[in-house]
Amino acid sequence: MRTAVFHQSFRDDERLLDSRTQRAWMAAFLAALFTMPFWGSDYLLAMACIVGIHLVATLGLNVTTGSAGLISLAHAAFMGVGCYTVAWLARHGWPFWLTLPTAGALAALLGVVVGLPSLRVKGLYLAIATLAGHFVLSFVFREWDSVTGGVPGTTIPRASLFGFELRGDRRNFFLIFGCVVLLALAARNLARTHHGRAFVAVRDRDFSAEILGVNLLRTKLAAFAVGAFYAGVAGGLLGYFYGSITPEYFALTLAVFYLAAIIVGGLGSVLGSVLGAVFMTFVPEALRLLAHAGSQWLPGLAGLLLPMGQVVFGLLIIGFLIFEPHGLAAVWARVRRTFHLWPFKT
Amino acid sequence: MSEWSILAETVLLGALSGGVMALIALSFVLVYKGTGAVNFAVGEVMMLGAYLYYAGVVSFDLPPWLAFVGSLVVIMAVSALVERLVLRPLAGQSVVAMLMATIGLASIIHGGVEAVAGGDTYSPPGLLPRTPMTIGDILIPGAVLGNFAIAALLILGFLAFFRWSRAGVALRATASDPVTAATLGIHIHRAQQLTWALSGLVGTVAGVLIASSVGLSPLLAGTALAVLAAIVLGGLDSVAGAIVASLIVGIVEALAAGYLGGKTREVVPYIVVLVVLVVRPYGIFGTRAIERL
Repeated sequence: MRTAVFHQSFRDDERLLDSRTQRAWMAAFLAALFTMPFWGSDYLLAMACIVGIHLVATLGLNVTTGSAGLISLAHAAFMGVGCYTVAWLARHGWPFWLTLPTAGALAALLGVVVGLPSLRVKGLYLAIATLAGHFVLSFVFREWDSVTGGVPGTTIPRASLFGFELRGDRRNFFLIFGCVVLLALAARNLARTHHGRAFVAVRDRDFSAEILGVNLLRTKLAAFAVGAFYAGVAGGLLGYFYGSITPEYFALTLAVFYLAAIIVGGLGSVLGSVLGAVFMTFVPEALRLLAHAGSQWLPGLAGLLLPMGQVVFGLLIIGFLIFEPHGLAAVWARVRRTFHLWPFKT
Repeated sequence: MSEWSILAETVLLGALSGGVMALIALSFVLVYKGTGAVNFAVGEVMMLGAYLYYAGVVSFDLPPWLAFVGSLVVIMAVSALVERLVLRPLAGQSVVAMLMATIGLASIIHGGVEAVAGGDTYSPPGLLPRTPMTIGDILIPGAVLGNFAIAALLILGFLAFFRWSRAGVALRATASDPVTAATLGIHIHRAQQLTWALSGLVGTVAGVLIASSVGLSPLLAGTALAVLAAIVLGGLDSVAGAIVASLIVGIVEALAAGYLGGKTREVVPYIVVLVVLVVRPYGIFGTRAIERL
């Protein structure tokens, strides 16, 4: 049980990690994370990179949909915008520390455009508007050959730092997780500022929010912009990680994947984004391993992998919505409380 | 052939394909009016129905009409079951939750069908004769005309059902005010279940019609998403609006394909959606009750 935590000033009380135990655990976690390229296997590293990219995108969607309650089905398309921006700029010799923010900014701009209908409509109509935005953008990805390379796709030059080329998973790992830590911290801090609280106010009751002095127009567009910014950066990282990309990658199923991730993880919390992204990345992997094991008895099982993944995603979305609407973050909180108070019951 | 008859042919074909789109639109509008949820799985239900029809004809060697009726019955049962297992537990939750549940449902059906039937394109036997019809120098393929006729008949049937039959009136009562309807002795759970079943029925008819004229593949489900454009244009809660708007969107799509190039066909409906949502979010015929914030 956690004891002896007394705060004598507001400053102490507001800290993100407010006890020595928490700080120690976080330090240990970060140390383990950033030394992973030196002890992890190739497989572990590749998976970690993918988790990192998904995590950035999930953090963004969790601001737009989780905190501000504005459903967005255009998240995959925003990632595409980021990815193609990075591809185009990197071919023109821009370094990654310029391309990634630019990719995010451009995606944020488009996010504002797609989010414009949110000023007049909400809920269902907004979902339809973002869906339309998704299809218009993916049409552009397929047809604007000179920038996106059309259906065959395009390649992205490797990122490099001081002439040191970030080739392979081990080096990309630092780029990806540098962004992850920075952006996760930013999301956590955003949630406790005036703006973050305004998002939640708009989600919970927009009438009251406006009466309390929240500017709805600015807040809703900001929520879209922040979410799209994260998606843009995630798309850029994806480009650097894979080195080549086709428009097929940014399909509607990817947007549904991220929706599933925030529902499974927990709406409106950074911890939820982390749990959701990790869980959802490992679900297809687990299926793959199962199919691999099962293909000895049932040949052809491997071919069913992709569709079965879709079925499992759907089941997870519905299951969590009905039985655990607050997601894995709530499960985690319950488990923690049980251990804090053990051997007493909560 | 002159400029004008090309234009006339494009418009006519567009309007005829709009007829089938109106069926899909009806499938959306029924569920929206009846239960307040937009069912993103309409496309998948439609695709599932078409696959069942194909399986009935090819795998079980049934005559086409029997396979058709069989698929209708199965889909109605499935839709009613979905309402019971997925939507009813979520009743009273936010719109976004129901929406995400139907997205999850779409994902399940899509994956399931692809796992069983694969991604290949099949061509199911048509229900209708394929004799084309000519008006002047305009040639209309028989399948297009037949599809339109069936769609029109079914829609008229539905309008009559809602207008005059006892069950139809009960459904309308549930849609407009569930609590009062319940007080007056209408079993609203059963009414909502019936709404879902009817929506599945309409969707399946549309699916079979489309599949028998353009082929059957998992891509069929995407057709329904384009119809959302028509629904937004017409107003989500207006049956008449959905029908008129479907015809308009059909014509606009055909004109875009004919004059701007075939690829633009896929985006034009969505651009229409974006414009309509910004300019006139309640659509042409919809209720002006959308909260503007």
